[in-house]
Amino acid sequence: MIGADIMEISPEINGRQAVLTVPVRMTLAEMLRDRLGLYGVKLSCEMQVCGVCTVLVGGQPVSSCTFLAVDTDGRRVLTVEGLADGGRLHPIQQAFVDRFALQCGFCTPGFIMMTKHLLERSSQPDREQIVAHFDGNLCRCTGYAPIIEAVQDAAGKLGEVGS
Amino acid sequence: MISPPRLDAVPKVTGKARYAVDFRAAGMLFSAVVRSERGHALLKSIDTSAALAEPGVVAVVTGEDLASLFPRFGHIIPDHPILATDKVRYLGEPVALVLAEDRYAAHDGAELVEVSYEDLPVVMDPEQALADGAPLLHTTDYGVGDRSFEEAHSEPRSDNVCHRVELGWGEVDSALARADHLVETSTSYPMLYGYAMEPYNALAHFEDGYLKVVTTAQHPFMVRDDLARVFSLPLSHVRVTSPYVGGGYGTKSYTKVEPLAAVGAWYTGRPVKVEFDATGAILTTRADSARVTIRSGFDSAGRLLARDVRLTLDTGAYADNGPLVLSKASNRCFGPYRNGNVRVSGVAVYTNTVPSSSYRGFGAPQVSLASELNMDQAAEALGMDPGELRRLNLIPPGERHYPGKRPMDADLVADLDLLLEGLGWDEPTEKHQGIGFGVTASDAGAFPVSTATVKILPDGSALVATGSSEMGQGSRTALSQIASRELGIPLQKVAIAQSDTHATPYERTSGASRTTTLTGLAIQRACAQLLSRLEEAATELKGGAPTEVKAAEGMVVGPWGDLSFAEVVQEWFGGRLGELSATGVVRRVGELQELPPFWEIGTSGVKVRVDPDTGQVFALRMVTVADVGHAIHPEMLKGQDVGAATQGLGAALFEELVYDGPQLINPNLVEYRVPRASDMPAEIVTIVAQRGDGVGPYGAKGGGEGTLNPMGAATAAAVARAIGRWPDRLPLSPERVWRLMRESGD
Repeated sequence: MIGADIMEISPEINGRQAVLTVPVRMTLAEMLRDRLGLYGVKLSCEMQVCGVCTVLVGGQPVSSCTFLAVDTDGRRVLTVEGLADGGRLHPIQQAFVDRFALQCGFCTPGFIMMTKHLLERSSQPDREQIVAHFDGNLCRCTGYAPIIEAVQDAAGKLGEVGS
Repeated sequence: MISPPRLDAVPKVTGKARYAVDFRAAGMLFSAVVRSERGHALLKSIDTSAALAEPGVVAVVTGEDLASLFPRFGHIIPDHPILATDKVRYLGEPVALVLAEDRYAAHDGAELVEVSYEDLPVVMDPEQALADGAPLLHTTDYGVGDRSFEEAHSEPRSDNVCHRVELGWGEVDSALARADHLVETSTSYPMLYGYAMEPYNALAHFEDGYLKVVTTAQHPFMVRDDLARVFSLPLSHVRVTSPYVGGGYGTKSYTKVEPLAAVGAWYTGRPVKVEFDATGAILTTRADSARVTIRSGFDSAGRLLARDVRLTLDTGAYADNGPLVLSKASNRCFGPYRNGNVRVSGVAVYTNTVPSSSYRGFGAPQVSLASELNMDQAAEALGMDPGELRRLNLIPPGERHYPGKRPMDADLVADLDLLLEGLGWDEPTEKHQGIGFGVTASDAGAFPVSTATVKILPDGSALVATGSSEMGQGSRTALSQIASRELGIPLQKVAIAQSDTHATPYERTSGASRTTTLTGLAIQRACAQLLSRLEEAATELKGGAPTEVKAAEGMVVGPWGDLSFAEVVQEWFGGRLGELSATGVVRRVGELQELPPFWEIGTSGVKVRVDPDTGQVFALRMVTVADVGHAIHPEMLKGQDVGAATQGLGAALFEELVYDGPQLINPNLVEYRVPRASDMPAEIVTIVAQRGDGVGPYGAKGGGEGTLNPMGAATAAAVARAIGRWPDRLPLSPERVWRLMRESGD
């Protein structure tokens, strides 16, 4: 906002160092969307319930709707746009395609980021772990079943790559 | 057919898919809405001076500023002010629009707008609204909206009735009098919020003499019509586009926030974005709550003799689609049963609550709770198996259960048998467990008007243009598949343009489960004409009798050999240029004369366990049967069915908007609880029945809403069988179930 406190911050966003001047009250979601054009970050409930705005900051999932942009200073931020390797989809993204784990797609970036976080901590999660991990992500289209299958599918593929 | 990858999947998993909310324009203003803090009040004054003095605030628009426009919208009854004037009719109604250089300044400004009110008495439910001497929400004759809606009417108002339906046939009273068993069921279906995850938003600007709007609307052509009326513009001068829609489910049918954005752009001369969070969306449109009483008479063998239904819908402060929801609820409340004596008396009532409109199933979930529970209770009274009672009464294929409507185009008994097998109905259940199910048939497909254009480009690739929106249901993929199959061109060479009132042909709606059937038919017809054009062009180029030249499977074959589509186009135009195109039209004639275009079948059920100590209900197994004639894309179809049934489960177990006086107490996703991953049954069975009995391509007919419709009744019946008491209202929250279990000396 004009005249309010402003800070310069230096986060690393999707592997690239950035320098941004932002109002201290700007949310991370707004910085990613309106300053950097990373529209894969979505907004819906704007109160940390639905999970569509989930991105990773320092490897941890955060709700970017209520996380301040200035708090990413000096930290790594990863959004869904940072996953694919050039034209090749990340195995998690490919699994969501293969399993029809999306319909309208508005929740998909959030689920994919949460899946990345889960599979980094637990390489072969069972259904119960997956379901618990998604307690902060809502999907209104799919009934969740194909998303759970996609996570298991991705875990299998990432496991093959790792072994 | 097989299930290729969704054509929208890669954009959606990479974050590249653009939704309306992602669109920006140079010089764009952000906005914030000032909302009414009263349920029903005269607007005395609006002081915008402090807001206008706020740095970054550019303008504040109020209802008074719109006097030179047609300041309302509404496709059936144009009763909905863009910004409240004279009075407010619900708490949360927009009274001013603050426009600013950034979102924060807009919200700061909105807090500084001072509105003074003079309170009027409120009516918060239909009972209060219909009471003698109740204060009236509307006294104006608003004129009539689109006359293609039979529900459109114009009259000065002397009560709070928004719309009334009386229908029926036979002699209900005498049939009930001679019945061996009378079974009466009364139910309450909750007030719901559809929660499409992309909240309502729109970007509007005036450019080149056109009003251009990018919005998250299912039916851009209907939004166009409302906007043209507001600004007295020719329809041709309003361009409405709907990019990827972040969830629809009927909640984005018809005009919502587009007029707000457009008047902001008109007032300031700059592009204006209106975007809401989920709370703003809840305060924009909800779904009707319903009170239904159904009285049925059966003979001693279990044959249904008559049904008498009374239903009351809470429409809220403005009509929106309420009249049509009532019509559909009335058409859907007596069930797909052979029944010579039916009487339905329905009323949709204005109240001082958020306006209601369509939501997936569209009246059917509300009334099926009563009508299918009534069948279950009748089975109990008759000492019959509830599956057997339904088998005895379900309308057979080819027979009419509703005089004047299309005969039943489905085998309901076969569907029911598949469902019961999937549910394990004949197997014993454990203590505190129960199984419930239901069968419904909805007059779906809406008004059968669709057009689609298909072009062959000089390299032999094809471009489809349709006004149908991609909102997750998969129209992008399914419609491309139809064009690919009709032309014999690989799917990779078919592209599709969707939902742009300037660039794509007319589409009535993307709703009522109609797209694959009716837009699909329009594409099929366009492809047939296009193949004829290719044959004519090839004949002109190479000679031969018309009967000897045939275009199919990507080639034109004649006595002179084979030509690819690319060769025909290039030779006809004389180089690598030009295109051949054709437009397919679907109207209410021929096989589509009889309405509905198809019956949408809802066959679904659930097995539950009830925790006897807490009353919490756990879904163990959910089964859906899709009766769609022909599955163009079986995987997407199953996805639709599970998604719809899950929304039904949400209404059955969790979801309810709650008013305390004029105040909606849970307009947010913390307190309005939708199903989470952890609420889903571990066992989900999706069954697809394909009998080629639809009017659409390859015998297809619509799906995607049906499995929601019986889920309320199915869940209530499952809980009843687990605890031994019949619920009469949803959602079945732990407290409600716990109290029900203890109602009579347990």
